[in-house]
Amino acid sequence: MSVDFGAAHVVVRRGGLSARLHLRTLVACLALTAALAAAAIVALSLGDLPLSPAEVVTALFGADDGFAGTVVREWRLPRTTAAVLFGLALGVSGAVLQTLTANPLASPDVVGISSGSYAGGLVVIVLLGGGFTATAMGSLIGGLATAIAVYLLAYRRGVQGFRLIIVGIGLGAMLSALSTYLLLRARVEVAMTATAWGAGSLTPVGWPQLLPAAAVIAAALILLVVLSRPLHQLELGDDASHALGVAVERSRLALLVCAVALTAVVTAAAGPIAFVSLAAPQIARRLTGGAGISLAAAGLVGALLLTVSDTVAQHALPVPFPVGVVTVVIGGCYLVWLLVREARRTA
Amino acid sequence: MTPSPARLRADAISAGYDNATILDGLSIDVLDGSFTVIVGPNACGKSTLLRALTRLLPATDGHVLLDGRAIASYRPKEIARELGLLPQSSIAPDAITVADLVARGRYPHQGVLRRWSPEDEAAVAAAMAATEITDLSGRRVDALSGGQRQRVWVAMALAQQASILLLDEPTTFLDIAHQIDLMELFTDLHRTGTTIVAVLHDLNQASRYATHLVAMKDGHIVAQGEPAAVVTADLVEEVFGLPCVVYPDPVTGTPAVAPIGRARVPSPTAGATR
Ligand SMILES: Nc1ncnc2c1ncn2[C@@H]1O[C@H](COP(=O)(O)OP(=O)(O)OP(=O)(O)O)[C@@H](O)[C@H]1O
Ligand SMILES: [Mg+2]
Repeated sequence: MSVDFGAAHVVVRRGGLSARLHLRTLVACLALTAALAAAAIVALSLGDLPLSPAEVVTALFGADDGFAGTVVREWRLPRTTAAVLFGLALGVSGAVLQTLTANPLASPDVVGISSGSYAGGLVVIVLLGGGFTATAMGSLIGGLATAIAVYLLAYRRGVQGFRLIIVGIGLGAMLSALSTYLLLRARVEVAMTATAWGAGSLTPVGWPQLLPAAAVIAAALILLVVLSRPLHQLELGDDASHALGVAVERSRLALLVCAVALTAVVTAAAGPIAFVSLAAPQIARRLTGGAGISLAAAGLVGALLLTVSDTVAQHALPVPFPVGVVTVVIGGCYLVWLLVREARRTA
Repeated sequence: MTPSPARLRADAISAGYDNATILDGLSIDVLDGSFTVIVGPNACGKSTLLRALTRLLPATDGHVLLDGRAIASYRPKEIARELGLLPQSSIAPDAITVADLVARGRYPHQGVLRRWSPEDEAAVAAAMAATEITDLSGRRVDALSGGQRQRVWVAMALAQQASILLLDEPTTFLDIAHQIDLMELFTDLHRTGTTIVAVLHDLNQASRYATHLVAMKDGHIVAQGEPAAVVTADLVEEVFGLPCVVYPDPVTGTPAVAPIGRARVPSPTAGATR
């Protein structure tokens, strides 16, 4: 007996393993992966030493021990890997928060987690005079502390989406004010370093910063493979998901921690990169067309967005810009489009 | 009928919200194999009782026991395989299709690796067939009528295949034909061994389908037993504050209630049987 789900599905059953996959989501994910690979190769080929895509691929797989191999593997690969990985993390983080709160506005940059990470990093830079590792720790702690504060302030017999957003926006604004105050107090050179980091840039990211960040992101993503089922079940509301066997508060807390860790670790390494976590899940939702947001698709869109944005920021503009500036512009256009569309629909 | 043991029972439980205690030391045995119907006025605590029985609302005092074990000691999925609940109101995720929503009912039977087994598929198909929504299966839930949507939620609860099914006003939004269809569906389920607890507002239907009727008021159980013993004009007046006439249902002989209403004078025949 086969069930009509209104859209094509692929059923996989092998041994104890079984799954039902929404065909369009599957196709979208494959297409996004291909686009991401292409974007990454383009990103790796551009620079002071322009290379052809074929040369990039040869260099990547170690068949080139010459200068091109060094350029690609040692100089460019960390940055491109960071763009892919951080974009993935931001996209997934946004998708988790937006699903948890059933609100497309509830992304980590909106509910104050990015502001918290930034403020945490600034405290280290301005007051303690900071180093990369210390700054990264500061922003990780800042992000987690903000999330905990938002959670506790919004908690009343469980956390509801709307209250979470309002509290998050309020707290985020206060933290931004704190950041401005810290910058005003700081010495000029310190303030300039802090501002550069605050714009969100992949320039300072090399393997030493990338590896610990990658470990945290990998751990969170593995956890989310398990948690994605309760996450989507929570879309039914607390009562129904409770009745269907979801440990509601425990799952929600674990999901929140994963989402925060993903955003905070990216902010720690590259500064606050705005709008990727806001836009990626919504773009993914439109691409996949099913119910809910596929975490995989949102992550891939995020990775693609950040990789393309960083390529544009580095090479397409007269002066290289921090990638955060480009994502803000793209995100701003997206928000305007979203608002115009909503306005047309309601008019 | 010998009273069967009760797998699910509440032992002097108290439960409420924030500072308001709604249930205060309430005890109830949900008799195995019964079709228990709970009736009572709005806000008397019927939904609260169902929520306490399914651990949605932890009891602040007393215990809810399932198979002799405190319900708080179960793992969430373990409970969900035994106890199903259709809440009074639920949220359908945006753009979800009917079959997708019904399939969500299989959650307690699934795991990280086992996400869509043949049993899942059979249970979903059977639940949709039983609630007559197979034709709607590919439609979006947000594009259905209130009654169609209610049947989708019932199908989701059926797909859960719990051995005890708690239903909070399952027939709201339904036209009379679909109400009866659904009540007969629950009766069939009851006959095949599922224990059913339903909150209903229609006393005639309650009397017709219940094997055990529980009348609640202000968080307490006022009366319980066979419908014929419970549904009397005095009890309806006591619980609902509604003067009425109780007469035998012409089809089933079970008690049926005709409210008198304030503005009308009872007709001579009705007055005679009162
Ligand atoms: N989430 C909540 N928070 C606070 N109070 C609540 C909540 N839910 C219900 N109550 C209160 O608890 C009391 C009992 O509510 P309950 O939902 O159990 O009534 P009910 O018997 O199911 O009524 P109805 O027939 O209208 O569904 C009511 O006074 C109600 O206001
Ligand atoms: Mg109720």
